[in-house]
Amino acid sequence: MPNRKNTRRTPLTSRWMWLTLVPLYLFTLVLVLGPLVYMLVLSFETRADMWGVIPQFTLANYQNIFQPVYLNTFVQSLKLALLCTGLILLIGYPFGYFMARLSPRGKKFMTAALMIPFWTNSLIRLYGWIIVLRSGGTLDKVLMALHLTQRPLKLLYTYPAVVVGMVYALLQFMILAVYSSAEKMDWSLVEAARDLGASPAQAFFTVTLKLTMPGLLSGVILTFIPSMGLFFIADILGGNKVVLVGSLIQDQLLQAHNWPFAAALSVVLMLLTSLMIGLYKRVTHTTRLEGLL
Amino acid sequence: MKKKRRISFSTVYLALGLVIIYLPIALVILYSFNESKLSSVWGGFSLKWYRTLFADKAMFQALGNSLILGLSASFAAGVVGTLGAVGFDRVRPRSRRVIEYLTSMPLMTPEIILGMVFMAFFGMLGIPFGMGTLILSHTTFCIPYVFMLVQARLVGMDRSLAEAARDLGAGERQVFFTITLPLLLPAIVSGMLLSFAMSLDDVIISLFVTGVNVNTLPIKVYTALKTGVTPEINALCTLLLAATLLLVGLSMLWGKISRLTGSGR
Amino acid sequence: MSQTILQLQNIEKSFDGTPVLRGISLDAAAGEFITLLGSSGCGKTTTLRIIAGLECPDAGRVLLEGRDVTDTPPNKRDVNTVFQNYALFPHMTVAANIEYSLKLRRRPKEEIARAVAQALELVQLTGYENRMPGQLSGGQKQRVAIARAVVNRPRVLLLDEPLGALDLQLRRQMQLELKALQQQLGITFIYITHDQEEALTMSDRIAVMRDGQFVQIGTPAQVYDDPLTSFVARFVGSANILQGTVVAAEGGLVTARVAGCPVCARAGQTEFRPGQPIALALRSEQVDFAPEGSGIPAVVKEKSFAGGMLRIALELPDGSRLVASRHGIDQSLAPGQKLCVRWAPEAAVPVEVDD
Repeated sequence: MPNRKNTRRTPLTSRWMWLTLVPLYLFTLVLVLGPLVYMLVLSFETRADMWGVIPQFTLANYQNIFQPVYLNTFVQSLKLALLCTGLILLIGYPFGYFMARLSPRGKKFMTAALMIPFWTNSLIRLYGWIIVLRSGGTLDKVLMALHLTQRPLKLLYTYPAVVVGMVYALLQFMILAVYSSAEKMDWSLVEAARDLGASPAQAFFTVTLKLTMPGLLSGVILTFIPSMGLFFIADILGGNKVVLVGSLIQDQLLQAHNWPFAAALSVVLMLLTSLMIGLYKRVTHTTRLEGLL
Repeated sequence: MKKKRRISFSTVYLALGLVIIYLPIALVILYSFNESKLSSVWGGFSLKWYRTLFADKAMFQALGNSLILGLSASFAAGVVGTLGAVGFDRVRPRSRRVIEYLTSMPLMTPEIILGMVFMAFFGMLGIPFGMGTLILSHTTFCIPYVFMLVQARLVGMDRSLAEAARDLGAGERQVFFTITLPLLLPAIVSGMLLSFAMSLDDVIISLFVTGVNVNTLPIKVYTALKTGVTPEINALCTLLLAATLLLVGLSMLWGKISRLTGSGR
Repeated sequence: MSQTILQLQNIEKSFDGTPVLRGISLDAAAGEFITLLGSSGCGKTTTLRIIAGLECPDAGRVLLEGRDVTDTPPNKRDVNTVFQNYALFPHMTVAANIEYSLKLRRRPKEEIARAVAQALELVQLTGYENRMPGQLSGGQKQRVAIARAVVNRPRVLLLDEPLGALDLQLRRQMQLELKALQQQLGITFIYITHDQEEALTMSDRIAVMRDGQFVQIGTPAQVYDDPLTSFVARFVGSANILQGTVVAAEGGLVTARVAGCPVCARAGQTEFRPGQPIALALRSEQVDFAPEGSGIPAVVKEKSFAGGMLRIALELPDGSRLVASRHGIDQSLAPGQKLCVRWAPEAAVPVEVDD
């Protein structure tokens, strides 16, 4: 009998199926890969005098980054991102954990209750904080009413204000990530640990924490990466006092029209975030990211 | 018992958390009804700012733009993402990694970079900035949401259903439209709702790729926040909030309905 | 002689380099109930999927009513499948599930309605038209799956262990119902199971499968009474395999030395030469006990009760084991007791040793 191994497709796939992938490929290639590649190319080009670029290869843009003032921006952004992520972790983890321990009705309620702010425009929520924090705003009113302070505090346009704003904006990502991980946890394992003699704290650290690690880590990623780029919070809540990489890039692009430099900054930023993601994948051995959603 | 005490601490924690989370939102709503222009003074209940809002033509235009943008982007992302997820299923495992990585790129890239990159790219190609570029860029960052949600559902779907349909006489396209699509619908709708929300929320990318004449709602709010706030914004925000509530309610209702009709497991 | 409706010619199939089917051939006649019997992993499901068109063989041909359908996609073959997990479309009602194939063929509405009603009546589920699959029990889902597959009146119906998930009582009942259904419809059934009782009850012919090959194809009686190999003998029913040497062969009987004693067995068509090694298959219920002196001496080792029968394990002089089975539990046999075993010559069959 002639061997047909190589001459036949399996009967369940046909040419039409490949067609379904084409739009996706097209989009990804043209609108994701293209721009990213272009950005890379751009970062090596020279800036023209008034507007635009001259295709002249230069490393000046990258060298520029190492100037103290710009380097400082990166360091600042990193510090802020780390600080915010740390705070979010401390505040958000217990929140998600406690949520997962609720009764089914409680869980439904909390999930719904969290959904609304989650879907609310971040700017609206930001604006709310302005109302709270500005001189003579709500916080001041409350503090003065409680006789804790005499005069209005100048809280707005300060570093702490930015931190508060960032933490607030990204908190629910951590909460949801921890919640979904903790919810799937097998509680009988904790009980087993207690049964074997572990104190509540020990049981937590040896069992619960390990089991919710995936959620914790994806929460960290989901908060760290945006916090590197959410410059508009710093803009609005921090005024000109807090300059982040994001604002810098925006500046260079829209004000100084120094596209190659902005591109170089972006490349470095991307490298940093990719590094983080690579670390995350290494630690959790995942290749699929839908857990992040 | 230790357990009982723990629950009450957690309840307090959760309650406090919720209060803090809702505080700014509540304040925005509150002050939208404030007669006084200054948010530090309460001048009495008034609908004045709502009236100003409704009279503001530019605002409505921005709203219209945002809606058109959101609907187009979520629809386009829905189509491309779904088709991609279905086709992805058939692809060899080796090529899968690459596709997955590329497709989820927009999710992993900070928005500032995406905005910058799109702007430079469109500029280089000479595409005029405006609604077109907005829709293109929004669709691009929405696709991963749809793709991943549909993918996840597809993976959990019973393979033998498609085989049974083929066995009973359905061609590939018929299987897709009569079996696969109906069963994927909950994920597709979730993906599109999420895309719509993401698009409506986007400030940074829109800032970069929009044309001079085209304003989206978030952009308007952002510029207003930067330059000096009119309480009109409070009213706007409250209305947006109401819309969000509606959307959330709808998606929860949808979730209930889809659970009743079965999920293919 | 009824016509051959399905032919498998030398089908070979490998998955990831591992051969699953090593050249199987089968001819199925119209209206026949054929069972593919074997343990898991022997290739039965793969065979079925190749017939259905859900897999493509690496070599060999599938012919349906004389036409080569090896390359034809499953939706164009006049073959329908009842899947092991039923595969009912969860988003459609029972009626919608059943009429699915008819709608694809664009049959007129009245015809579809009639066919659906008929199909439901056939599986005794009239009135269930508007139920959703999620609301049905296992047995009901089973019936809907069958109704959906037969409403088309295909030439061949493939059933992949359809009764596997049902409890014993229901399974026994469904076996009879399926057989009755097959005879009523006159469709060729290709049935898969690993349960030999099921195969013996329902089939016109059984194809015993092992490691991707058909070891024996025959009627239930043939497979049971005339196993060709020790595997078949042990898989279908329980059998003792006795090793010995041929002494003489004549008149349809072969005499051999087993455990040092002369015994007789049915020779069949095979030629036997003296001195040749031989293996005999003997059903445990065919083992008789005789007073000392007439048969092979044996010692009772242990008694146990299984499957409604009393099993007595004995040891023969050469150390090999023999199992005899009886109805009833009262047997005045104690471990250590000595007796002789013998059997009617027709009860023992020479087999090829393959396990």
